[in-house]
Amino acid sequence: MQITVNGEKREVRPGTTVAGLLKELGIDYRYMALERNRIIVPKQEYEKVVLQEGDEIEVVRFVGGG
Amino acid sequence: MADKLVIAGREFNSRLMVGTGKYSSMEIMQKAIEASGAEIVTVAVRRLNLGSREPSLLDYLDLKKITLLPNTAGAYTVDEAVRLARLAREAGLSDMIKLEVIGDEETLLPDPVATIEATRILVQEGFIVLPYTTQDPVVARRLVEVGAATVMPLGSPIGSGQGLPNFEHIKLIIDRVNVPVIVDAGIGAPSDAALAMEIGADACLINTAIAQAKDPVLMAEAMKLAVEAGRKGFLAGRIPKKTYATPSSPTEGMIGR
Repeated sequence: MQITVNGEKREVRPGTTVAGLLKELGIDYRYMALERNRIIVPKQEYEKVVLQEGDEIEVVRFVGGG
Repeated sequence: MADKLVIAGREFNSRLMVGTGKYSSMEIMQKAIEASGAEIVTVAVRRLNLGSREPSLLDYLDLKKITLLPNTAGAYTVDEAVRLARLAREAGLSDMIKLEVIGDEETLLPDPVATIEATRILVQEGFIVLPYTTQDPVVARRLVEVGAATVMPLGSPIGSGQGLPNFEHIKLIIDRVNVPVIVDAGIGAPSDAALAMEIGADACLINTAIAQAKDPVLMAEAMKLAVEAGRKGFLAGRIPKKTYATPSSPTEGMIGR
């Protein structure tokens, strides 16, 4: 099934959790945050939340800024 | 006696805050932050680059010594700013947010109406809000009324290095609010930072002037000294300006008279 991650379309297996997606992408949980359809998913729920077709995921981290 | 900067009950020894943008390398940034003595360091929130392994900014910051102050830079609406603030809190486990809601793309001047509204919302959600604001003392007062922990008026436009051409306006804010006033944006030279502190600002936030200096590490140290000098000058109480001279040496006992 197809989801969008940071604006890019991506195929994931049905049943993939947020934790599964992050593992696939090689992203560790330190100093990052994730939104699913504009709602923040708390880190303790990454294992529980199962992605659905058409989900829009945003993954952010800190960069240099003033 | 310790002269601490207190923001929402949290104490800091340094009155210089620095940004982490526009450095030529992470190593230079790290050394410059060290030289600045800053205890509060700003960062921005952006999409993670998928696919490319990038060094993490956080690996270059000593978070035992440094408090992260995420910003909402890039936000042009209340919704965008609130969204970035929530993401920043989730990513950083801190409630402090430097709120920026920009109202004009060319000058990067803040949108005061949206900034007040976003401050109100974020304060209700438990954030410690440090809003970037205009030099208008009435807007500053409104921000404090809705719960801002500080106000951060610009010295001059972001990254312009024009210093504080309207420092009297910032003085009006300093005289009218009971929260720390932090001069944010526009500082170009150490003398600008010293001036901000001399007129009674509680702190300065500097990014471009350090990051884009020929020698950022040396400039970071210069800014640190300037902020300290300006603060001491303010506490010491400067003499009033007079139109005419008054001699420093005795007028009595001149030879040959």
